[in-house]
Amino acid sequence: MSEALDRPLPPGDDPWTVLRAATRARVALGRAGDGLPTARELEFRAAHAAARDAVHQPLDPDAVRAALPGQELLEVHSAAPDRATYLQRPDLGRQLAEGTELPRTGADLAVVVADGLSPRAVHEHAAGLVTALLERLPGWRVAPLVLASQARVALGDAVGQALGARAVVVLIGERPGLSSADSLGAYLTWDPRPGRVDSERNCVSNVRPPHGLSYAQAADTVAALLGAARELGASGVALKDEGPALPAG
Amino acid sequence: MSARRGTVGGHTYEFPTLVELMARATPLRSGDVLAGCAAESAAERVAAQGVLADLPLATFLEEQVVGYDEDDVTRLVLDTHDAAAFAPVASLTVGEFRDRLLAWAAAGDEASISALAPGLTPEMVAATSKLMRNADLVAVGRRTRVVTGLRSTIGLPGTLASRLQPNHPTDDPLGVTASIVDGLLQGSGDAVIGINPATDSPARTVALLELVDAVIERYGIPTQSCVLAHVTTTLRALEQGAPVDLVFQSVAGTQEANRGFGVTLDLLAEARAGALALGRGTVGDDVTYFETGQGSALSAGAHLGVGGRPVDQQTLEARAYGVARHFAPLLVNTVVGFIGPEYLYDGKQVLRAGLEDHFCGKLLGLPMGVDVCYTNHAEVDGDDTDSLMLLLGAAGCSFLIAVPGSDDVMLHYQSLSFTDVLTARQVLGLRPAPEFEAWLARMDLLDDAGRVRELAPDAPAARALLAAASA
Repeated sequence: MSEALDRPLPPGDDPWTVLRAATRARVALGRAGDGLPTARELEFRAAHAAARDAVHQPLDPDAVRAALPGQELLEVHSAAPDRATYLQRPDLGRQLAEGTELPRTGADLAVVVADGLSPRAVHEHAAGLVTALLERLPGWRVAPLVLASQARVALGDAVGQALGARAVVVLIGERPGLSSADSLGAYLTWDPRPGRVDSERNCVSNVRPPHGLSYAQAADTVAALLGAARELGASGVALKDEGPALPAG
Repeated sequence: MSARRGTVGGHTYEFPTLVELMARATPLRSGDVLAGCAAESAAERVAAQGVLADLPLATFLEEQVVGYDEDDVTRLVLDTHDAAAFAPVASLTVGEFRDRLLAWAAAGDEASISALAPGLTPEMVAATSKLMRNADLVAVGRRTRVVTGLRSTIGLPGTLASRLQPNHPTDDPLGVTASIVDGLLQGSGDAVIGINPATDSPARTVALLELVDAVIERYGIPTQSCVLAHVTTTLRALEQGAPVDLVFQSVAGTQEANRGFGVTLDLLAEARAGALALGRGTVGDDVTYFETGQGSALSAGAHLGVGGRPVDQQTLEARAYGVARHFAPLLVNTVVGFIGPEYLYDGKQVLRAGLEDHFCGKLLGLPMGVDVCYTNHAEVDGDDTDSLMLLLGAAGCSFLIAVPGSDDVMLHYQSLSFTDVLTARQVLGLRPAPEFEAWLARMDLLDDAGRVRELAPDAPAARALLAAASA
């Protein structure tokens, strides 16, 4: 960096362009007095609005069903009755609603599609990722797909246990950022049951083509993790050499 | 200890221990509901506040919220309590103490308020804050003076400093530098140029420290740098001879939560000694920086107190300040909307928590700043953060955190922007730290009225600083 510091700015370059080219951060926005110019202010609001809408848009089961023709799909709800409760009570989002019944399948794998913090991510990417993943799992007995609303990652533990599955993969809408309102994450847990902790899971995040991971890339990683978890009989930090463990938070 | 009772509206409520009393008296927030310790009704909350108001302040020296034998934060607080500093208020109840603080604040008696710090415990100030309205928190905060220094002076009357936070998703040197330049040109960075690294590696930390140090040296900026890596990483950087101005660490209010952060009191003392030995200060020798935030103990499952009862998150937050003040910090800030709506649900709860944290930190003697921020799944937006920012400015907050365009592209949350800090200073008649303000003037970044200029790209200062960011 010291070289860069000593080099004079070439004459003729627009210095603000130089600054903007160096980072995706919102630099060189200009000013209106001590505030932001109107156009920059509205750009920021638009990004925040997209993220807010992604959080609060209800999950549309019919749309997910239509995007996955021929797939048997079971619908469940968490114990959080509405969005406001869901956001304040993560504990309820990890439990199935009282009276939920799921068939005991004895399958190798359960796949749960969950709204999480971005139902929009599910609408845009769940079908593509499910299709890519199932193509890569010949020989695995997969339980009927489960579509879960007001769900946290750990709801998959309860679903997987109820289905009697050896492993569960939860595909869930991630917390929207200002520049990424539609990011899907995949969380793998071997031998799912309530009480599993985050260090017992593996995660592939930022699935959102074309900006983030493609369906094929994500499915390759999840399928490889599933194979390794079956070998080991465990998931999470024990799998750290084969794939990324769940990041903190 | 028999249960304490309070009556409101003809109904009598019972509070078995100090833990429940403190929790039930706390203004509503989602984190206490999640922990299962919040008041079950508005009437129960006021009943608890009434009981708390009549409690002698000295009770907190005898009766613990988190046990002395189990918890090193409690031991640190009680073992270092200064009875002489406590003496002026030792005979008061919590309610009388609130009244006394308001009287001192109204009279502008900063000396009486500020001298109390070593005699107060986190639980005392937390209890007092629970009886205060937002304006009370502002009025007393404004009259609590805490001045610290390293290469700039933080906390002088009439000043509002800022941390320039130039985070980048991959710690790219050019990207970080671009954000630093953008902030400096808008008058930010007098508290610290502080980077949250994308990965916590010693090599990365050393590289970032050298980068910011080069900018500071090149332009002679009277401020300090910080890479907010784990304290053990900073210790490694110190061993390698890196230019460490400040030792940073996140801290919480229980021993268990601090263990979750991977820190002990001994580790913090060791790192502070290492930074102190470098002698990098010019106007002071305060070399530590701490961040805290309501909800951090609960999120680590380390929020239980006496008898395994859940302690409210605001009391635990004040206890984190009891840790921080032991290490003579240059800067401390609460991160007040970062952790999510399960701890602070909406703008009202975030606003309240920000004012409480500032008040409690200041009263305990900390150079208290705030990261006024929110995530996209909380019921908070820029209007809410504007309100909290202006109230904190009125409350004499030591510094605010600012990022380019309010958008932290690494941590994925929204904080204040550089222009927000300009607005707060202008509206409230506040100025940057004096050494930094003199530097801004030398760089021709101030107009005749002392405002940070809107620069044309060909202004000499702009060209000089922008050269640093050109590849």
